[in-house]
Amino acid sequence: MSAQEAVGRLESGMTLGIGGWGSRRKPMALVRALLRTRISDLTVVSYGGPDVGLLAAVGRIRKLVTAFVTLDSIPLEPHYRAARERGGFELMEVDEAMFMWGLHAAANRLPFLPVRAGIGSDVMRAGPGLRTVTSPYEDSETFVAMPALRLDAAFVHMNRADRLGNGQYLGPDPYFDDLFCEAADTAYLSCERIVDTAELTKEAAPQTLLIKRHTVTGVVEAPNGAHFTSCAPDYGRDEAFQKRYAGTPWAEFSARFLDGDEQAYQRAVREVREGT
Amino acid sequence: MSAVSRAEYCVIACAEAWRDAGEILASPMGVIPSVGARLARRTFAPDLLLTDGEALLVGPDGTVEGWLPYRQHLTLVTGGRRHVMMGASQIDRYGNQNISCIGDWARPKRQLLGVRGAPVNTLNNPTSYWIPRHSRRVFVGRVDMVCGVGYDRAAEHPETARFHRIPRVVSDLGVFDFATPDHSMRLASLHPGVTVDQVREATGFELTVPDEVPYTREPTPHELELIREVIDPESARTREVPDREAG
Repeated sequence: MSAQEAVGRLESGMTLGIGGWGSRRKPMALVRALLRTRISDLTVVSYGGPDVGLLAAVGRIRKLVTAFVTLDSIPLEPHYRAARERGGFELMEVDEAMFMWGLHAAANRLPFLPVRAGIGSDVMRAGPGLRTVTSPYEDSETFVAMPALRLDAAFVHMNRADRLGNGQYLGPDPYFDDLFCEAADTAYLSCERIVDTAELTKEAAPQTLLIKRHTVTGVVEAPNGAHFTSCAPDYGRDEAFQKRYAGTPWAEFSARFLDGDEQAYQRAVREVREGT
Repeated sequence: MSAVSRAEYCVIACAEAWRDAGEILASPMGVIPSVGARLARRTFAPDLLLTDGEALLVGPDGTVEGWLPYRQHLTLVTGGRRHVMMGASQIDRYGNQNISCIGDWARPKRQLLGVRGAPVNTLNNPTSYWIPRHSRRVFVGRVDMVCGVGYDRAAEHPETARFHRIPRVVSDLGVFDFATPDHSMRLASLHPGVTVDQVREATGFELTVPDEVPYTREPTPHELELIREVIDPESARTREVPDREAG
């Protein structure tokens, strides 16, 4: 399906999980497609990067669940910061490990999982409604009962996939994209290239097949679809473009790059690169 | 060989965090802790594991020896076989650390990174801190949000926090630890050229200062050679801690 069709299945008020990590292999083409709709009031669940920044800049987020928001090479995400400092949305701030166990709980249809992380820290007041659970065994330790992060929909970006939704990562880190799909009722997978199923294991080992088709609702072919985040080994982060994103006033950036469709975006990115 | 720079004393002070650590992962964050961890790995802590900063475990010459994507990294953290050295936007007398935001969390004056892995780190494996510019803005009476758990908070949860430990805090002025009866911060050593008064002036809370404060140890000629010629020949360390006039 197209990115436009994928986001056409979403509704305002949904809980949306976004894969990748920071400024790494983010499903940016799907996020850009979402920006072109009127869908709003989202609860966004993400190891945050520019995906969160874009959605925060235009006020589509009602609540954010995250452990951080960063552009990696630029530590602080400017649009996320601005939105937080003006009280732009509700935040559930949890630790990186708590976040992962929340996805595990959802994927396994459990209401919570016990996590040592969080005890004694202020995430207990920053994560509204977080409760603890005590071990029923002799140790009687107390843990955070990290609630399941169940998602209405998930967006992830892979290097390759077949039309059925078998998704393959070829870089060094899978991040948590399989968990996002497993934790979601519907998942939309974009990829650099759709290939025949037999092609997937021709040159890569079967353990690169991170995502299974039963967890995927729709596949979108989106070359350069993680831009400007990294998508190793197909391409690295576009550092120059990311700098421009972070340093340009929103209205100017948005007018130049986000007013048109994905082809217009990719064309504008090429023009910048070629200095025209 | 030219005189030892402040940045080089900081490297030594960071490297010492991993002395006798054994076969665990060293997770340095920041330039000087990274140079320090690699120095330790090449000298007195040869069994340390190090990453390339992403998903690979690498030897001193960059040879890949293992795979450590984020999900396995988190297991390694909770398994405890790791000593991380994090940064801190704020740190207080009991070692509570903040990297999340400045001001009221509900409506911050300045939004920073977020808690990241500070809660999981501090409850599961030794966590030290590196602060390149020691000042009252960083060493505060009370942090605005507790991300990394300090000793007073850990004491409220003795069972769950049984793996909590903050071996040291290294700044551009000296080395600090919590070897006091109530686990409040203590000046453990001064970098040569720094005075006790200077440290007191730059610290926003009452610091325990022993009668005799040692200086951070001198690097050996071999260590200096490794730092200057092998590990950090471009002197990235000096960009993190510039040389300045003594005293």
